[in-house]
Order: sequence, then structure tokens, then C-alpha cells
Amino acid sequence: MNRNYNFAYLDESSKREIRRAILNAIAIPGFQVPFGSRELPIGRGWGTGGIQITLSIILPDDTLKVIDQGSDDSVNAVSIKRFISECTGVGMTTDSETASVIQSRHRIPEIPLRSDQILVLQVPEPEPLKLVEGSEVEARRMHAEKDYNLMWLRLFEDLVQFDEIVAAAGYPVMVNGRYLTNPSPIPRYDVPKLNMSETLCLFGAGREKKIYAIPPYTRVEALSFEDVPFAVESFGDHYCCKCGAKGVFLDESYNEKTGEKYYQCSDTGYCNGRRAAGNRADIVCK
Amino acid sequence: MAYAAVSGGENAIKASIELTRFFRKDEPWFDPSLMDGALNLLLDKVMSESGFYSEKTAAIALKQCEGSTEEAVFLLRAYRSTLSRKYYSKPLDTKHMRVIRRISAVFKDIPGGQRLGPTYDYTHRLIQPETRPAAILKLEDWIGDECSLTENEYPKVVDLLRDQNLLEYNPDPMPEYYDITKRPLVFPCSRSARLQALSRGESGFIIGVAYSFLRGHTVFHPNVGELRCGFAGILIEYAVDKNDVWYVGEILLTEVDCVLPRTVVAKTAVGEQSLRIATGYGVAFGRNETKAIAMSILDCTMDMPGDDPCNNSEFILLSGDTVEMNGFVSHLKLPHYVTFQSKLDRVRESVKAWNSDES
Repeated sequence: MNRNYNFAYLDESSKREIRRAILNAIAIPGFQVPFGSRELPIGRGWGTGGIQITLSIILPDDTLKVIDQGSDDSVNAVSIKRFISECTGVGMTTDSETASVIQSRHRIPEIPLRSDQILVLQVPEPEPLKLVEGSEVEARRMHAEKDYNLMWLRLFEDLVQFDEIVAAAGYPVMVNGRYLTNPSPIPRYDVPKLNMSETLCLFGAGREKKIYAIPPYTRVEALSFEDVPFAVESFGDHYCCKCGAKGVFLDESYNEKTGEKYYQCSDTGYCNGRRAAGNRADIVCK
Repeated sequence: MAYAAVSGGENAIKASIELTRFFRKDEPWFDPSLMDGALNLLLDKVMSESGFYSEKTAAIALKQCEGSTEEAVFLLRAYRSTLSRKYYSKPLDTKHMRVIRRISAVFKDIPGGQRLGPTYDYTHRLIQPETRPAAILKLEDWIGDECSLTENEYPKVVDLLRDQNLLEYNPDPMPEYYDITKRPLVFPCSRSARLQALSRGESGFIIGVAYSFLRGHTVFHPNVGELRCGFAGILIEYAVDKNDVWYVGEILLTEVDCVLPRTVVAKTAVGEQSLRIATGYGVAFGRNETKAIAMSILDCTMDMPGDDPCNNSEFILLSGDTVEMNGFVSHLKLPHYVTFQSKLDRVRESVKAWNSDES
């Protein structure tokens, strides 16, 4: 642990300010609380919102898991883990069951999370209305008045134009029936996990200086029409070429030599766990 | 090695950091303190964009990142996050600074006089491999004397105009001080927040947007009412006795007041309507003239109606931060496997629907 800096890098008054913003966010589910985002030694736009939340809430006996697009071993996840480990000395894990805090970019782990865990999601663009309204002042007014007509119109226009709602990752959701919220760029597959989740979900956007939260047992509904239900990504009959898992979110890859398409679990912690338990696929990746 | 391989991220990073060190060539003879003096303007740019006044730290940062200004600003800002903020200084009294350069482009003679001072404006940009010919060495003594002028009062040129009641009167609706390093920039923002964001803004961006105003609006021609560059003392209120202050040192800065004659009808302090001259304010650490001028122009144009980038304070203030712009553009190098997969799914579904409609 690097003793030249304060525990968890930021000075104590900065951490306290961030915790206050978090408490505000929990009190008003889905509402974006502006906060005085600090610069970190990690790139702005590389997860600094999530990291600031983690640094502000983490305690010496916490166990942290960091994943990037599902992967524990992705270079940015490794880099964030190294930084937090250096300035806090807390234990790291790849197992979502043993982690007390999970920081993630663009995925929610496959295994359901529990009430004694906190999920911290990194957010590049917190404003769901950015799709339809460029001005922040105007977007704030629309939230205040719960005026989400433009968003509904946008989804309808998608249907007219493409026969599909083309919103992909970061699908707009209503939180607690009040605030239109960007669930961060998680795939649509992960969106239902947020509904009535046992876990506290905190969202941090460092560059855009916003924190918001979905407290445990909060209603989260993806925007959809009665006759066009919300649909998650479909992987057909494909399964993970490593552990054989089906019905999970898969990464599509191409064999380096043959160019053949194959699939594997996006959640590497989950995949490793299954393989440790003896699960195998009948085909071999690469 | 793949950069987000299923395993090996840790090793890949280690090797990458080693390679970066190899390319940097950490020459032991290259002492960062050499930059203070030889590369002043580079240090000024970095200090200004990071909002962190320390030549020594800026030089170390620049050495550490092979001279990349975006990385150096980043290092300084990140370091700044670890320091607790104990004091706010009193507003700088730039009327009484040690001026090394002062010009006005609107009046030939100004109270206190113009002083050309150090500037590249009138050098011919000829590459000179020999940068210090012997003949100039003699001049150095003279320049040294000139620069060590003691504090003097230099009245502000815009005050001349203000006293004659020629300036647009724009009371700040949010006059209290707003610290954008501790609080988020929210809109509509106070002028104090706006000026901080502009002063820390990325030089090229600030100058580029100001330039777009000059190119696009030939009707309006802002003028440099006054540009002054010099050392201003920093005073801090004494906690026990509010009437007492501590002097903690001085900083070099460039300050600009631009004037923009506008054919608009403005409300004056006493309520009557008449034509006025708009003003804009620019300030930046160090000798940072183009940026300070550009900042003063944008301070002006943000209050003007219009749909151009130069009129849009949300656009300028939210897009112009060095750390944010570089961070987010470079984040595109991160894997986007899941998000792209999700988009791919939508595209495939849409194509499928389109094909079945055709058949």
C-alpha cells in the first residue's frame, strides 16, 4: 500500500462530499445528483465516476471485484484494481459471491447479487435524455416536470423506421415510476436484474459529474409499448465454448486462424466458477 | 498480445509500462529544473490548463510524460485531488501588479503608459540553431532591470470607459464565488464558474472557438482594450483578524480586457436605454496571451444571443477541459465488446425484419 497518499487516495473532506451526494442519490432513486468530481490518476472517461464512489465508500476490510465488460482480466479492470489496491490495501477477488463491493463497467454479474453487497457502475453519459435533448438546462426541466414525451416519441419513431426499437446498451428505464434513468451501458440482457434487486446499485459519472442510485427493492422498468414488449439480446442456441453455459450473455469472437465464429461467457468470473465445478463445452475455443 | 485477452491483462500492463519507460529514455542528465527558464511558455500552458501554479511540479510532470501537455495537465490535476484546500485568497489586485508587459490596442496613450515587454510578436520566425548570440547577452542585464520593476499602480483602461459611462452594465445575477474544483459546473452557471472553466480550458480549444467567432462575424470586431502581463501578489485573509492579511507569494499571469462595441440597446444602472460597449475578461497563469485574449472574447460572446458555438456556454464550458476531452476521446481505446454486441443484435434484428418484409 502506498503510504504517500491518504487511504483511498482522495482527501477525507472530498470523500465525505461524495458520500453526501451518494446519500442524496439513494434518497431520490434515479435522480442525477451533481457532485464536485475530482480528477484521479486514471483517465477521465475510464471509470473515474465509479472509482470515486468506490474510493469514498470502501473500508479496509472490504473485498473488491472490478470487471470491465464482464471481464476480470481486461486491462482497464486490472489497472483500476491495481490503483485501488495500492491506495487502500483491500483484498481483491474475481468471485462475485465473495466480493462486498463490485465495480463494473457495462455489465452486471450473472449470479444474483445480495443485500450485503454494493454494485458500483461506471457511467459515461448519465443523461438518458441526451438522445433527444442536447441542453442540460432543458433536460433538467423535463425531469422536473416528468416530461418524457420526446423519449416515447423517439422509441415510436424507431419502430416506424426500423421495425425495432434500436436503443441497444444503456436502454432507458423508469426508476420507481418517477425518473427516466440511464442504467449505464449495460446490455438490455442485464436491465431486468435491476428491477427489485436486493443490492444497492450506485452509478458514477466522473466526467459528467453526476451520481445516481437505484436502492434495493426499487421498481425499474424498461420503456416499452404494450404491443411491443422490451426484448433482450438473443443468442439463439449458442453456448459458451468454455463452460457450455446457455442463456447467459455471450461475447462473439472469431477464431484467429480460421475466422470461424464462436461464443464465450462475457462474465469471466461466472465462467471460471462453472469450469471449476466441472462444466465443460463439447467444442473447444480457438 | 491481445489487450483484453481472457487472461494476461496483468502481464500485458506490466510489459507495456516497461516499454513506455524504454521509449522515454530516462536520461539522468535531464534535470526537470532546466525547463524552468528554458521552456517557460510550455510550463505556463500546462500550469494554466491544470489550474495548478507550480513551475517545479509542472516540469517534473512534463519530464515524466515525454513532454505531452495533456498527460502533464492530467498528472498535475490528479495530484491536486489529494491536497486539501485550506484557504481562498483575496481577489488579486492586478491594478498593482509588477507589470512586465502592458499594451492597449484601443488608445495610443494610456495612463501609466504602454510597455511592449517580452513578446514573440515582433520576432521574425526564422529558425535559429544558435539561440543565444553573444551580442544579446549584453541586453540581458537591461531586461533584468526592466523586469524587476517594483509594484506600481497601473489604472485599468476599461475603467476609463466605465467612468465615462460607456460600458454595458451587466450585473452578475450570481455574484458569490463558486469553486468549480469542488462543486460541479451546472447550468445556468455563474460568471465566476464560467471564468474559472475558461481560464483552465484547453488552450487550442478556447482559441479555436474564439477564432470561429472572428471568422463568422465580420460585423463584430472585438478589440484588446488592455493586455497586461506581470506578477500579482497573493494575499490570504488572516483567520483571527479579518482585517489582516498574509502575503504568501506572487504569481505570473496574463490579464486581458476586450471591448466589443455593440449596436444593441442595453439597460443601464439607472434604467435608461442606450448604446453601450460590451466587455469581456480573460486571465491565465503565466505568459499566456493568445489564450487570455480568446477567453475574453468568449466571455463576451457567451452573453450574446445566437446559435453558434461561441454563444453556447454549455457547449464551450463542457467541451473545453483538457483532462475531460483527452480522457473521453482516448477511452474509445477501451474494449466495447458488450455494448457493440448489443448494438449488433439490434442491427441483425432490424435487417432480419427488413428481409422478411421484402419477401
